[in-house]
Amino acid sequence: MMCVEVMGEEATRDSSALRGFAWSTMRDLRLAMRSRAELAVQLLFYVIVVTLFPLAVGAETALLRALGPGVLWVAALLASLLSLPRIFATDFADGSLEQIALSTQPLPALISGKIAAHWISTGLPLALISPLLAAQFGLSRDEGWLLALGLLIGTPTLSLLGAIGAALTLGLRSGGGLLALLILPLYVPILIFGAGSIEAMRAGLGAGPQLALLTAALLVAMVGAPLAAAAAVRIALD
Amino acid sequence: MRPMSAIAWFKLASPASFFPLARRLVPWFGAAAAVLTAAGLWIGLIVAPTDAQQGDAYRIIFIHVPAAWMSMFIYVVMAFWCAVSLTFNTRLAAMLAQALAPTGAMFTFLALVTGALWGKPAWGTYWAWDARMTSELILLFLYFGYMALRNAIDDPRRADRASAVLALVGVVNVPIIYFSVKWWNTLHQGASVSLTSAPTMAVTMLTGMLVMAFAAWFYAIAITLLRVQAIIAEREKNTSWIGEMVPRTR
Repeated sequence: MMCVEVMGEEATRDSSALRGFAWSTMRDLRLAMRSRAELAVQLLFYVIVVTLFPLAVGAETALLRALGPGVLWVAALLASLLSLPRIFATDFADGSLEQIALSTQPLPALISGKIAAHWISTGLPLALISPLLAAQFGLSRDEGWLLALGLLIGTPTLSLLGAIGAALTLGLRSGGGLLALLILPLYVPILIFGAGSIEAMRAGLGAGPQLALLTAALLVAMVGAPLAAAAAVRIALD
Repeated sequence: MRPMSAIAWFKLASPASFFPLARRLVPWFGAAAAVLTAAGLWIGLIVAPTDAQQGDAYRIIFIHVPAAWMSMFIYVVMAFWCAVSLTFNTRLAAMLAQALAPTGAMFTFLALVTGALWGKPAWGTYWAWDARMTSELILLFLYFGYMALRNAIDDPRRADRASAVLALVGVVNVPIIYFSVKWWNTLHQGASVSLTSAPTMAVTMLTGMLVMAFAAWFYAIAITLLRVQAIIAEREKNTSWIGEMVPRTR
């Protein structure tokens, strides 16, 4: 009898983690949809940063083709950085983050949901628009698709790592600049593998290894980052 | 703090009992560092032969290599104390991590500067974007990030725990960053000392380098113990015992 009860408890805990994840994803997506203008600004930031580069270095096709992958990836990193405070800042300011942390459902699951919603509302549109910008830089169609694929795999990792930094800097005066200092060094491997995938394809080596490494980074970050972010949120709320 | 006096070595985890110990140890480690530095420099600058290819310019390795080793070693030690401080919720471990960070950053900076100065005669350029230089630069950013996060948080206990999380995330990332940068580009010469193959350098050079490495290590211990005393004195300034140990100057 007791055994059955314990098992029942286990089962509800598992489903409660998943339900918590789904609930918090849907909640944050709904909130994101209510501030669509803000999301559009994030996407425009990406487009504008990318547009600045030809103006700065000149519009020679060969040069732009050489710089393109790097520029598009660096701009994606900056756009991700710009949107990171969205994950926790408003919830922290109005106290709902505290209620979320008090919930019986596991905090890492709830935070994973917030990160997923953040990626769907910022990283995903960025990845989808990137082939268009790649064409502006004279990248071939295949290179454009590879860029989009790399961003699809890479930007969730950026959101996951960034969530740790966003949680650590919650409520601090020097939020924005500090967040950049904390997070950009951690983004370096993603940038290298992401931009490197296109270089590898150009060199005739195939982008497989880079995409595999990006996927590996994503899987590791999916396991570790929500735990670290949850710890950081609890520290910020203390 | 929770009472932990039941276990003997936890006694030292209390700032009040660690402070006098640190004070007693500093002169010993400082003296050892001074003697080893003198010996290491004597071996490195006078005894060691001039290199056939690089002339006397190579002698900078007696600073460069120990500094580079210490820069990475101190980050790992710092992360270790951060893990201890998060696990056992001890203040002293967090203070030690806080005291280690500036020394680690200093060694990282020293490794970069001496590397650049050595790079000019050896490769003809101060800076090349090769794997080890780039990851060393990123390590410097990680140290700066750690210190900046600490400084941005007013409450010392929150600063302890937040920066500990950051250091642990950083230490997981250091090897990933290193290998990613390495695959990205490598024109650095292979490692000068490796455990798997016979050393390619003269025995005197190796001796000089190891002596200098121990000198840097003892220096780091001495300066960290000195700095941790200042941190303890600052954070415990409202306790009665600190007034007995540090006489007021005014």
